Amino acid sequence: MYRVVKRRQLASAPCIVLLEVEAPAVAAKVEPGQFVIVRMDEQSERIPLTVMDFDREKGTITIVIQDVGYSSAMINSMEEGSYFLDFVGPLGVPSEIENHGTVVCIGGGLGVAPVYPIARALKEAGNKLISVIGARSADILILEEEMAAISDELVIATDDGSKGIKGFVTNGLEQILAQGTKIDAIWAIGPVVMMRSVANFTRPLGIKTIVSMNPIMVDGTGMCGACRLTVGDETKFACVDGPEFDGHLVDFDLAMKRLSFYKDEEERAKISKDCDCGKGAQ
Amino acid sequence: MALKVPRHEMPCQDPKERAHNFNEVALGYASETAIEEAQRCLQCKNPKCVQGCPVNISIPEFIQKITEEDFEGAAAIIKQSSSLPAVCGRVCPQESQCEAKCILGIKGESVAIGRLERFVADYEISKGCKIPEVAPPSGKKVAIIGAGPAGLACAGDLAKAGHKVTIFEALHVAGGVLMYGIPEFRLPKDIVQNEICNLEPMGVEILVNQVVGKVTSVHELLQNGYDAVFIGTGAGLPNFLGIPGENLNGVYSANEFLTRTNLMKGYRFPEYKTPVKVGKKVVVFGAGNVAMDAARTALRLGAEEVSIVYRRSRAEMPARHEELEHAEEEGVKFQLLTNPVSIQGDEKGAVKSLTCLRYELGEPDASGRRSPVPIPGSEFDIEVDTVVVAIGQGPNPLVTQSTEGLELNKWGNIVVNEETLETSIPGVFAGGDIVTGAATVILAMGAGKKAAAGINAYLKNKG
Ligand SMILES: Cc1cc2nc3c(=O)[nH]c(=O)nc-3n(C[C@H](O)[C@H](O)[C@H](O)COP(=O)(O)OP(=O)(O)OC[C@H]3O[C@@H](n4cnc5c(N)ncnc54)[C@H](O)[C@@H]3O)c2cc1C
Ligand SMILES: Cc1cc2nc3c(=O)[nH]c(=O)nc-3n(C[C@H](O)[C@H](O)[C@H](O)COP(=O)(O)OP(=O)(O)OC[C@H]3O[C@@H](n4cnc5c(N)ncnc54)[C@H](O)[C@@H]3O)c2cc1C
Ligand code: SF4
Ligand code: SF4
Ligand code: FES
Ligand SMILES: [Mg+2]
Repeated sequence: MYRVVKRRQLASAPCIVLLEVEAPAVAAKVEPGQFVIVRMDEQSERIPLTVMDFDREKGTITIVIQDVGYSSAMINSMEEGSYFLDFVGPLGVPSEIENHGTVVCIGGGLGVAPVYPIARALKEAGNKLISVIGARSADILILEEEMAAISDELVIATDDGSKGIKGFVTNGLEQILAQGTKIDAIWAIGPVVMMRSVANFTRPLGIKTIVSMNPIMVDGTGMCGACRLTVGDETKFACVDGPEFDGHLVDFDLAMKRLSFYKDEEERAKISKDCDCGKGAQ
Repeated sequence: MALKVPRHEMPCQDPKERAHNFNEVALGYASETAIEEAQRCLQCKNPKCVQGCPVNISIPEFIQKITEEDFEGAAAIIKQSSSLPAVCGRVCPQESQCEAKCILGIKGESVAIGRLERFVADYEISKGCKIPEVAPPSGKKVAIIGAGPAGLACAGDLAKAGHKVTIFEALHVAGGVLMYGIPEFRLPKDIVQNEICNLEPMGVEILVNQVVGKVTSVHELLQNGYDAVFIGTGAGLPNFLGIPGENLNGVYSANEFLTRTNLMKGYRFPEYKTPVKVGKKVVVFGAGNVAMDAARTALRLGAEEVSIVYRRSRAEMPARHEELEHAEEEGVKFQLLTNPVSIQGDEKGAVKSLTCLRYELGEPDASGRRSPVPIPGSEFDIEVDTVVVAIGQGPNPLVTQSTEGLELNKWGNIVVNEETLETSIPGVFAGGDIVTGAATVILAMGAGKKAAAGINAYLKNKG
């Protein structure tokens, strides 16, 4: 059993929660870019979540979860002192952390959480770190302080202009390029549509762009093939070959379609029970 | 006289009913039937049946005990050679192993050895697990990677020898394919857990949620005080055909389809929260046990029409006879000498139809088998909304790729010394599907026991 030692609400609509969980074996080995799979109880799904932070000494893993359906709502309602039945990891291939020169780390919506440890490691590896974080509006922008603390430069973009520039993270990227900055590599993590537009934007510019894919998973060990993606001409299993891939090669349209496969069943699984922040499990 | 008595039928759930539930299909012999069937055995002086069993169970001896109504005695005899009798009695391909060699089979019907084995094992389970005796502690520690039949059998024998055994299992439950692959209606999960339940009282520690190659590694285990390691990670990597459309929604690997249904109990959705989706028209590629399991599972999940698409003819279908028969009785259809060439989708990315090519049997090849050759221009389309690909599994590379110095063959299976099952790394042993490629439960179990013997010898020499 894996105990939740800290819970912090980061946003309320949608409900985004940070949980710090005791998992010493995972904490001893995890590297930025990797993920875990959790199960709350015997009836639960196996839910993949990216590691947002880790403390090797305390033996804890921090995850950030956005409520999008039944299982994420249940996880978000967990209190300090409660337990996950299963917590397996670290899974996936770690990010390629080295000194690339100048890197831009882009986090859209919840994507700020998974990009955070990668950005921090890139900074520690000697890169000049420019970060772009975005959200629909200021009240659901997460981890701004944390990102500011590690970045040489932080650009904020909100759809409604309630903070930073009005627009999308790609507008933030445009602004950086307009200043004449030479970018050596980009990490972009967020909704698939966002990652697709960043990749489309950088493809003609020839800037290496890494995205982190979040297909539907079951085992996370390469056994089932549920998480397969088309990358270039090949089929890849995101759980063991990824989750990070060259954004210029990923078939995002197919990935989006595959994400919607269980829409009807997900509706049926939903509960009317309210989650902590007063919003339904939506 | 004994010859006149026909082989006793296995009582089964009615096909019409069972095609819509997940309860076990074969109900098992009653005691009287078991005794009568046991009496058919001629108690051969030179029993051919034993040679047909990969672990050489003393078949006439255990059958003799059944005729004496000493079911516990029968169980004890089987347990000398097998640690998973309730499983093997259910899923062994008996017709090509023990029963194929039975002398009665030459002129008539062989003794129902598998059904008797199952009867005895179920009897023992109903009386409660008996914990085998364990030798005094040897002071040695062994790590086992993978809790499938190979790993479990190896753990049991090592614990009996007094070693401290820890199993590292990637999933959240032990059992391997027995839990995630073979469906409840063929192998109830309680039976599997029962076979595992006496390992812990013997001192075996089972750690679930441990993906070796990620959270730890073979070399790290050796450095951390384990005196030997056994790798039994199976053949868990699903093969795909590589045809256009294979990544459309509604195309499953058999592993995914069965894992969602069995391991995650998707058939009880939404009580269990993992969905599994099946359309009205389902096609399964392949004709082995895995394909039959997928097809019959699809029926039970509510599909209206389920077909097996297979490139060869009926005679080559590798599934157990019983599964084939059961599938047919339940209404699974067979499109033989047929091979898929592409899958088409709709605008939402969901499977809509399948294009196949007809085959015919050509001239016999070097092995004497007539291999299928495509008939030019025979393409035809099948309307379909779910496709399950069940054309075999390869070795999962998580452990093998993360272990420096481990010799593999060209398919990625681990190379071992055939006597001891030791790998190219001293103190590291391997067995089961990760060595042989996808095979059978009994072979994996046998390999686990053989490796345990190899490890015992290795630890003795190590001092
Ligand atoms: C490698 C990886 C890392 C991830 N990291 C995070 C993270 O750090 N924080 C976070 O909030 N979310 C993360 N996700 C997404 C998260 O796993 C899904 O949001 C969650 O599984 C949804 O489950 P649900 O029951 O709440 O929603 P549902 O209503 O069941 O599904 C909502 C949508 O989530 C997706 N989804 C559903 N089930 C799964 C599944 N088993 N695996 C993957 N996606 C699924 C589908 O697109 C679905 O339409 C990650 C996914 C992957 C693959
Ligand atoms: C659907 C299906 C039906 C079948 N039907 C039959 C049948 O009727 N009769 C028959 O005899 N055989 C049948 N088989 C074959 C039989 O199940 C296998 O041959 C047998 O289970 C192999 O045993 P194993 O111990 O080698 O591997 P597995 O049973 O595959 O077990 C391997 C275990 O190792 C774990 N593992 C893998 N990688 C790691 C890692 N990195 N770290 C930790 N753990 C890991 C896996 O999670 C798994 O639990 C069937 C197989 C399938 C898939
Ligand atoms: S283990 Fe399998 S092959 Fe051996 S006797 Fe039993 S059913 Fe026959
Ligand atoms: S070969 Fe058949 S008849 Fe002879 S001992 Fe074996 S089971 Fe009995
Ligand atoms: S989640 Fe099963 S193979 Fe990736
Ligand atoms: Mg869900």
